[in-house]
Amino acid sequence: MRVMLNGESRNVREGVTVDELVRDLGLNQRRIAVEVNRDILPRDQYGEHQLHEGDVVEIVQFIGGG
Amino acid sequence: MSNSDLFQLAGKSYRSRLIVGTGKYRDFAQTRAAIDASGAEIVTVAVRRVNITDPGKENLLDHLDLSRITILPNTAGCYTADDAIRTARLAREAGVGSLLKLEVIGDEKTLFPDVTATIEAAKVLVKEGFVVLPYINDDPITAKRLEEIGCAAVMPLAAPIGSGLGIRNPYNIRIILEHSRVPVIVDAGVGTASDVSLAMELGCDAVLLNTAIAGAKDPLLMAEAMRLACEAGRKAFLAGRIPRKLYATASSPIEGLLD
Repeated sequence: MRVMLNGESRNVREGVTVDELVRDLGLNQRRIAVEVNRDILPRDQYGEHQLHEGDVVEIVQFIGGG
Repeated sequence: MSNSDLFQLAGKSYRSRLIVGTGKYRDFAQTRAAIDASGAEIVTVAVRRVNITDPGKENLLDHLDLSRITILPNTAGCYTADDAIRTARLAREAGVGSLLKLEVIGDEKTLFPDVTATIEAAKVLVKEGFVVLPYINDDPITAKRLEEIGCAAVMPLAAPIGSGLGIRNPYNIRIILEHSRVPVIVDAGVGTASDVSLAMELGCDAVLLNTAIAGAKDPLLMAEAMRLACEAGRKAFLAGRIPRKLYATASSPIEGLLD
């Protein structure tokens, strides 16, 4: 199925959880925040939250800034 | 500096009154070295999308000593209250606490703040428990409004972000200082060490800068200069400068002059 991930259309496994997605991307050890369809997903819900076709997912982190 | 002269912000004490940004450095090693040389204990960061095509790239926070440094996320690049609120919530979720440099930009060319949007966002974020440090014009009325809303400090600009023009209106900064019951942090527009000294001599509680260090020919040397200027300006403020007079006053006694 396809989801929008950080503005790009991406193929992911049917029923993939946010935790699995984050691990697949190698981001599980990192300070990140995740939004699904504009709602922030608390970290303790990554494991149970399954993505659905067409979900809009944003994953952000901290970068250099002033 | 005496140990009792600490910078108090939202219930925490800091020895350094310099807050530095982490943008525009060559690499993370230089970022870290500049922070160390500046002595800053609070550093700002931005919130951005992870690069999904290359997520393995190193992360800024891995290079910062988080046992010593307080992270101050910003809402840079946000042009509406909603965008700033969304960014703030994401920053807090990412797990570095509730401190927030609230920045709602009104115009691309000047990067001046949108005052009404800043106030609107501050109201929401203070209610949500954020420790809000708003970037504002050097406007005493805006400073007062934001203090009344419950912001933990006010951060008037010295000059446009990245302009290096220094404090354009020290008189407005003085008025803000006279009326403010929260810390006043000069944020943006600092160009060189004397600008930092001036801010401290005026009595500001801290100075926030980024480009003045990162954009210098030798960032590490400038970081050190900023640290020293901050300390010198603070000491001069505490020491109390002499009044300005139009005419001379001799430093050597008249008594005992040769006939």
